[in-house]
Amino acid sequence: MANSVASIERGKLDRGLTFRERIDPARRITLLAAGAVIALVLMLLVFIAFNGVQIFTASGFSFDAIFNATWNPDSTTAQSFGILPFIAGTVGVMVVAAIIATPLSVGLAIFMAEVAPDWARSVAQPAMEVFVGIPSVVWGWLGITVLVPFLRDDLHGIGFTLGFSWFAGSIVLSLMILPTITSITFDVITSIPAELRSASVALGTTRWQTIRHVVIPAGAAGIMTAIVLGMMRAAGEALAVQMVIGNRGVMPTSLADPMSTLTSEITLDVGNTVAGEPWNQVLWTMGLVLLLMSFGFVLLVRRLGRRRALG
Amino acid sequence: MSIADPPARADAPEVTRPTVAPSSLSTSAPIKLQARGLNVYYGAKRAVRDVDLDIPANAIMSFIGPSGCGKTSILRCFDRMNDLVPGARVEGTIMLNGEDINGRDILPVEVRRRVGLVFQRPNPFPMTIYDNVAYGPRRHGTSNRAALDEIVESCLGRAALWDEVKDDYRKKSGLSLSGGQQQRLCIARTLATEPDVVLMDEPCSALDPIATLKIEELMADLRARYTIVIVTHNMQQAARVSDRTAFFTMGEDRSGYLVEVGDTSEIFTNPRERLTEDYVSGRFG
Ligand SMILES: Nc1ncnc2c1ncn2[C@@H]1O[C@H](COP(=O)(O)OP(=O)(O)O)[C@@H](O)[C@H]1O
Ligand SMILES: [Mg+2]
Repeated sequence: MANSVASIERGKLDRGLTFRERIDPARRITLLAAGAVIALVLMLLVFIAFNGVQIFTASGFSFDAIFNATWNPDSTTAQSFGILPFIAGTVGVMVVAAIIATPLSVGLAIFMAEVAPDWARSVAQPAMEVFVGIPSVVWGWLGITVLVPFLRDDLHGIGFTLGFSWFAGSIVLSLMILPTITSITFDVITSIPAELRSASVALGTTRWQTIRHVVIPAGAAGIMTAIVLGMMRAAGEALAVQMVIGNRGVMPTSLADPMSTLTSEITLDVGNTVAGEPWNQVLWTMGLVLLLMSFGFVLLVRRLGRRRALG
Repeated sequence: MSIADPPARADAPEVTRPTVAPSSLSTSAPIKLQARGLNVYYGAKRAVRDVDLDIPANAIMSFIGPSGCGKTSILRCFDRMNDLVPGARVEGTIMLNGEDINGRDILPVEVRRRVGLVFQRPNPFPMTIYDNVAYGPRRHGTSNRAALDEIVESCLGRAALWDEVKDDYRKKSGLSLSGGQQQRLCIARTLATEPDVVLMDEPCSALDPIATLKIEELMADLRARYTIVIVTHNMQQAARVSDRTAFFTMGEDRSGYLVEVGDTSEIFTNPRERLTEDYVSGRFG
């Protein structure tokens, strides 16, 4: 009742004002900033999409010529711009990284949230933050100097001929996404109501049973979100991966073999190409694919978020 | 409801339990739970002081007393939930069926299984009604489908929820129930571990009067099979449902102690202690 009176009165007042007068400065600045961000994202999207389709529109390549498995951009006799190796490489390196990182991160987060004494938590949390802050070149460097030689020398027998490999890329990435998944999972788990744990314990169950059958299921959608966000980070990472993966534009078939990803191929090749030539144009197409992949991830995260909200 | 509400005052003297002969209870019933020299500390603060209390089997005992006098703390001693409260320390002995529940060879999980606890706020798990009730039995090793079905159905029945959920209890989430139904689900979930004792910590404080009435009726049914301890703020409720009543209050040092315990009708009509009389007649504070 009081509300409707107020809104009628405000409506009356509003009628005499111009748009400019009706919006106060604070709101104007907020709107401006929000508008600028939206405009920037849209421009970026249009820009990348425009350049990404040039290979089809300006250079006349067919869809099949780009979405195939043969990457041979600098050959004079059998030139081919198939980008499937990089798409498969990105997905492959990311999925394996998530498979490696997930049990470690979720385990660590559960340990920190449910089991660790306070002092352990107060050590682990800053350690995690330092972990996040390590620049990717450092990870790459560690990969080249420690991981790759180890794989080449000690696991030569099981197929790591060069050391540079899909597996090396996934290991490095898994370390990089570990803090992401851990910290989000930690937040998810600590936000699960304590009453649920008490309810379980009061039924005579052990702490482990409570974690396994109450905490993890209640946090499942949130933990999935953490994993997807980790994978998103993995998909976008270029430098560290590029340093250890071997950068060979072939379909990934073995974890022990070199391969390449969208990001690492773009950063490697962009300096060798000239604007307007097909090789350059196909790099834009790869960028566009990467962008669409990250939109896919965003949609997935939002879906999971809705599932979390529904309980 | 406030402890000083006029209806409590008006109703208190009229309490009678025609179905039970209360005095016979106090003498003949075996003791299910026995506390001796019970003290609870939180850090340096003593919250409960020197409580000696006998809780008879197959009866309902209510704990009444002002907020903060340690009712919840005492209740948590009976199923060793204080083990999990950081900084909490319990002194004294508690015997369940004559056995010390803090004994060295006793597993806390075993105690909690035999002594169920229903919380103040309904806290069903975010899973189906069926899975909520089957949770305890499953954790304790029952995996046979038919056996679980049987347990779930009978516990929902005993918790007076079966008729309301029988059509979709396998699919419907426990969280989609109303508050009163959720609390009855929590009771069913507790019964499923086959406890001897059911502790209820203000189980109706978050519920409306109709849901409260349902829980009270349910308690009367459960009485035949279980020993029940209910903490309540509502003195009419204590008068309505319980056979025995224990009245606690706080001393000068703000630690809670037992003032007196007796048959409910006596506590409400003819208490031995002045403090009790003041409290049950609403003159407290
Ligand atoms: N977990 C805890 N940590 C510290 N103090 C507590 C804790 N739980 C209860 N207390 C204190 O112990 C006293 C008794 O509390 P409680 O047992 O909850 O009383 P009641 O259930 O009768 O209201 C109160 O002073 C309360 O502040
Ligand atoms: Mg309490």
